[in-house]
Amino acid sequence: MSRLLARFDLQFPAFHLDVELDVPMSGITAVFGPSGSGKTTLLRCLAGLERAPHGFMKFGDEVWQNERVGCCLPLYKRPIGYVFQEPRLFPHYDVRANLLYGYKRIPVEERRIAIEQVVEILGIRHLLDRRIHKLSGGEQQRVAIGRALLTSPKLLLLDEPLASLDIQRKQELLPFIRQLHEQLHIPVLYVSHGLTEILQLADRVVLLKEGRVVSIGALNEVFTALDFRGTLGPHRIGAILDARVTSHDPPYGLTQLEFMGQSLFVSLQPIAIGQPMRVHILSSDVTLVVERVNSPTSVLNILEATIVEIREIDHASVDVLLDIGAPLVASITKKSLVTLGLKSGQRVFAHIKAVAVNEEFSE
Amino acid sequence: MGTLTDLDLSALWVSVRLATMTVIVLLIVGTPLAWWLAHTKSRMRPIVEAAVALPIVLPPTVLGFYILVALGPYGPLGRIAHVSLAFTFTGLVIASVFYSMPFVIQPLQSAFEAAGNAPLEAAWSLRASKVDAFLTVISPIALRGYISAIVLGFAHTMGEFGVVLMVGGSIPGETRVLSTTIFEHVEVMEYAQAHTISAFMLAFSFFVLLAVYIANRRFPIHVS
Repeated sequence: MSRLLARFDLQFPAFHLDVELDVPMSGITAVFGPSGSGKTTLLRCLAGLERAPHGFMKFGDEVWQNERVGCCLPLYKRPIGYVFQEPRLFPHYDVRANLLYGYKRIPVEERRIAIEQVVEILGIRHLLDRRIHKLSGGEQQRVAIGRALLTSPKLLLLDEPLASLDIQRKQELLPFIRQLHEQLHIPVLYVSHGLTEILQLADRVVLLKEGRVVSIGALNEVFTALDFRGTLGPHRIGAILDARVTSHDPPYGLTQLEFMGQSLFVSLQPIAIGQPMRVHILSSDVTLVVERVNSPTSVLNILEATIVEIREIDHASVDVLLDIGAPLVASITKKSLVTLGLKSGQRVFAHIKAVAVNEEFSE
Repeated sequence: MGTLTDLDLSALWVSVRLATMTVIVLLIVGTPLAWWLAHTKSRMRPIVEAAVALPIVLPPTVLGFYILVALGPYGPLGRIAHVSLAFTFTGLVIASVFYSMPFVIQPLQSAFEAAGNAPLEAAWSLRASKVDAFLTVISPIALRGYISAIVLGFAHTMGEFGVVLMVGGSIPGETRVLSTTIFEHVEVMEYAQAHTISAFMLAFSFFVLLAVYIANRRFPIHVS
């Protein structure tokens, strides 16, 4: 599989970007971090809009920047689709002309994505003849995404494309982004500081902090790693599970999911049986018991787990990293830890009070 | 009011030709210069800006004097041309280019600054080369700036007097323009004819400025 390799060291008056990147070019890679961590600057470097003096960048077999030989391909020569935070549509063209602007500028034999396809996926057929200033923010951003896609890019860079939109519009656009990736197979680098978007979209994540890469890896590995508690803010993600829908139980308002041979219940979901579904669990929603409870319990979700590691958070609480076929973190008190006598390697049962379906997760 | 003589009409024609040529030259020279001023981080920028703005405050005779010297057979421009350009139409165009420069550069510079880098970067990301992006995205967005630049540059050249007198003299059919014609009429007490041309210039200038202000207020930047 082709990879994206990049090394940038760029000094600004009040900020220093110093990153090394090596990510496979497939799926959606989220670039995540707090405001001011250098996410946008990293994307601009990848696009060639900022030029790091000793930078290096290789996309698959193509070297796009190698300052040792003074080479840096300008953006218009890179097969990149770039969607900025603001739509940046051209006000003097209508929607159709905006969509076709890039399309007309690539050679016919390189056109892999058809206008029909983009119009369909993004649901913008009724907008084609409109003027830009007649569109809502969400519509403008969809056109901007479509315009970028129509250059048949080999890499799509999305810089917080939902940042300027309200929550409802965000929820409208997210499925489009997931879909376009599934249908068009373009690797996506997705910059965001919104955990919701990332949990819903990404396959892997590049975690940035103060201009440096803190961690790169699969979503559930990065977000459950005990080292990064501080970077992720107040909400501690306990697990991100890509489960599968096995049955629906409308009378009880529940949907049953299967994950690595264990079952999970969530509130009733409008998703067909057999379809994948991503859920996550907050570490504060996980409690641990040593033996299987034989008396009935109100907790629906009980998973068998093995303790991998125990890490102190502060003077009163600890994070317990568990293995359920995927990482799961439980945040419990030190007192419970001692009372239960928990140790690495021990088999325990994790009671899960709430499984969040990603749409319901609030930041 | 008196009627216009053939001499007056030929002066009008020289004025129009001069203003048209000046604006064309200024758009060609001024676009890259205004672009540079709008985007550069160079320390030279205020120096260049001040130099461009000089004709606004300088007495036209001062400007005219130096241009006359430069155009003459021993001046730098005269040497390049191997002939004296003073008192010729070409010389007049060169003088007018300097004289009207701020009126073309400044609206263009403001328009480029207002357009900013964002649409340019978007165009690059859509495979447009730098020139392509400028022609298809920046210039339509900066259209108001261009209209102001053309109209102000044209009108200001139509109205110049001091520089023309210094550099061009007032040779009928060659360098005699409307403003110098008025002066000549007054010199020989032909007030009626001076009045006709003056009234024309007054009306012309007013409507030109009116057009600029209306365009600035509500000219839409839709092109396609």
